[in-house]
Amino acid sequence: MSDVTLNAATANAEAAPRTAPVATTGAAAWLRANLFSSWINTAVTLALGYLVVRWTMGFIDWAFVNAIWTVPMNGNVPDTAACREIRGTGACWAVIEEKHRFILFGTYPYEEHWRPLLVCALFIGLYIVSAMRRFWNWVLVPIWIVTLTVIGVLMWGGVLGLSYVPQERWGGLPITLILSTFGLAFAFPLAILVALGRRSRLPAIKMLCVLYVELVRGVPLISLLFMASVMFPLFLPEGMNIDKLLRAQVAITLFAGAYLAEVVRAGLQTLPRGQYEAAEALGLSYWQKTGFIILPQALRLVIPPLVNTFIGFFKDTSLVLIIGIFDLLTAGKTAIVEPAWQGFGVEVYVFVGAIYLVFCFAMSKYSQDLERDLNQHRRR
Amino acid sequence: MSETIDHEARFASAMRTDTPPAIVLQDVNKWFGALHVLRDINLTVSTGERVVVCGPSGSGKSTMIRCINRLEQHQQGKIMVDGIELSDDLRSLDAIRREVGMVFQSFNLFPHLTILENCTLAPIWVRRMPKKEAEELAMEYLTRVRIPEQAKKYPGQLSGGQQQRVAIARALCMKPKIMLFDEPTSALDPEMIKEVLDTMVMLAETGMTMICVTHEMGFARQVADRVVFMDRGEIVESGEPEALFSDPKTDRLRLFLSQILRGH
Ligand SMILES: Nc1ncnc2c1ncn2[C@@H]1O[C@H](COP(=O)(O)OP(=O)(O)O)[C@@H](O)[C@H]1O
Ligand SMILES: [Mg+2]
Repeated sequence: MSDVTLNAATANAEAAPRTAPVATTGAAAWLRANLFSSWINTAVTLALGYLVVRWTMGFIDWAFVNAIWTVPMNGNVPDTAACREIRGTGACWAVIEEKHRFILFGTYPYEEHWRPLLVCALFIGLYIVSAMRRFWNWVLVPIWIVTLTVIGVLMWGGVLGLSYVPQERWGGLPITLILSTFGLAFAFPLAILVALGRRSRLPAIKMLCVLYVELVRGVPLISLLFMASVMFPLFLPEGMNIDKLLRAQVAITLFAGAYLAEVVRAGLQTLPRGQYEAAEALGLSYWQKTGFIILPQALRLVIPPLVNTFIGFFKDTSLVLIIGIFDLLTAGKTAIVEPAWQGFGVEVYVFVGAIYLVFCFAMSKYSQDLERDLNQHRRR
Repeated sequence: MSETIDHEARFASAMRTDTPPAIVLQDVNKWFGALHVLRDINLTVSTGERVVVCGPSGSGKSTMIRCINRLEQHQQGKIMVDGIELSDDLRSLDAIRREVGMVFQSFNLFPHLTILENCTLAPIWVRRMPKKEAEELAMEYLTRVRIPEQAKKYPGQLSGGQQQRVAIARALCMKPKIMLFDEPTSALDPEMIKEVLDTMVMLAETGMTMICVTHEMGFARQVADRVVFMDRGEIVESGEPEALFSDPKTDRLRLFLSQILRGH
């Protein structure tokens, strides 16, 4: 029966060859289908298009055409009268020119600024090397240890003829990079352990992990930071003092760890039981199974939410301002406290925002490439 | 009932008195919550013996063979594999998993590793074999299952039949003494079933001790020394394939055979 209909269909197709359908690809076709398919659609497209063009032209005028790039110095004080005149119609990039070193490096001694600059370069170099899959082996461990040691020496000094700079004077971009790099470098392994622990068969371990995640997640980062900076020292014995930055670092690490643990756990849950069973049947031990079979697959699956969390935490490090640590954003804020520069917040925030954007965009782009490369086996 | 089986088991092992039994299940019971999935299972498999297990879906076939390499734990009775009793002792578990290979219905290859890596992972890390040696061994077994040219591909790039043959090669690379198969052809398209069965026949000819859950009656006739019929957690009948299929003693087996034959 079905054979008959099949044959009939073929015969028909042979008898009357049809013309190919009208092409539905190409720019013009895409525009017609998506932007101008009906009169209402056309009206909305035109209205929004007008707004976008107007806004872009306004921004270009403000940021470039009418902008002021330098201001004359009046003795030691910059003369910002010209800037104040064009407020609202043109940007005053002179504030960046004047203050960029303070924004980037905070109150670090001026003549020693090459040190935090080198630290930032080292961090970026470390990111680039770590991002290259060629280096994904044990080589990375000494590279990290050496780089972080050099960074510590550069920031603190006190050896090799470098003058000593107390931690209270550090600020700006190095603080942001230190907090996020150390934070995520410790939080990620912690998160993996906690995620595995939550699936443990031992009730004590499971309870501990659940408790940690739920407690830390249930509290805003700000209150964790407060606890770390105000409450924690109260319980320490007299005279003992743990560095403020270190305390903030621990708070951030614990917070990031709890969130990342949930992301990793989501990845673990998507793996079919059969993967665990096959690994066990081959005689792999728990850690071999976890390291070779489970984690490589689970982590690949959660690259997008992982990077999402990473980016979130990179920006959340700016909350340390409430306990008086000068990260990039706080340094930017402080730069415009000076009377001459008061009121030029927009320019400073655009500058700081651009720096955050560069880092976050790089992370995001890298994660897309990584996801594509690592999931190659899924494509046929 | 269990007496007749005991008798047969003793008979079978008496036929090969030279070696101790490879697998002994003695009064094994297992529950999933309130569900009694294995009821007083008694089964002895001698070294080199090939046993086919059949029975309706949900009768506990998978659970039984998964108890043999402790993917499931039995709650009562005794299981001995290669002379080692299965217990909570982790060392005995390691020893047994090294000796028992398993092939699953859904292949369970590791999708993020190449075919070659799938085959060498356990020999390198569990048997502590040098990488080069493990790769040579893997290529040897991949050649034996007739897919050496796929070694650099990922499992997702292979057909179901090819994947199952890789799974067999992967298990063999551990040089197991015993192989367990849990419906290895049930997830395959009909045209691929034969290539996997051929591989299993070839393996049977090497003298491997095998327990195979399958409904492929042709395969059972060709290689099985014994067919075990399970229903509702019990071993209902067991015997040589020809005798069992042509002269079922119980209504349950008769019903099952008629359904199987109708299905095919
Ligand atoms: N992990 C489990 N938890 C609860 N019940 C299970 C589990 N595995 C199997 N069962 C149940 O045990 C019975 C036997 O299952 P199984 O051994 O897979 O049967 P078969 O392989 O013969 O089809 C079925 O009723 C099944 O639903
Ligand atoms: Mg089954």
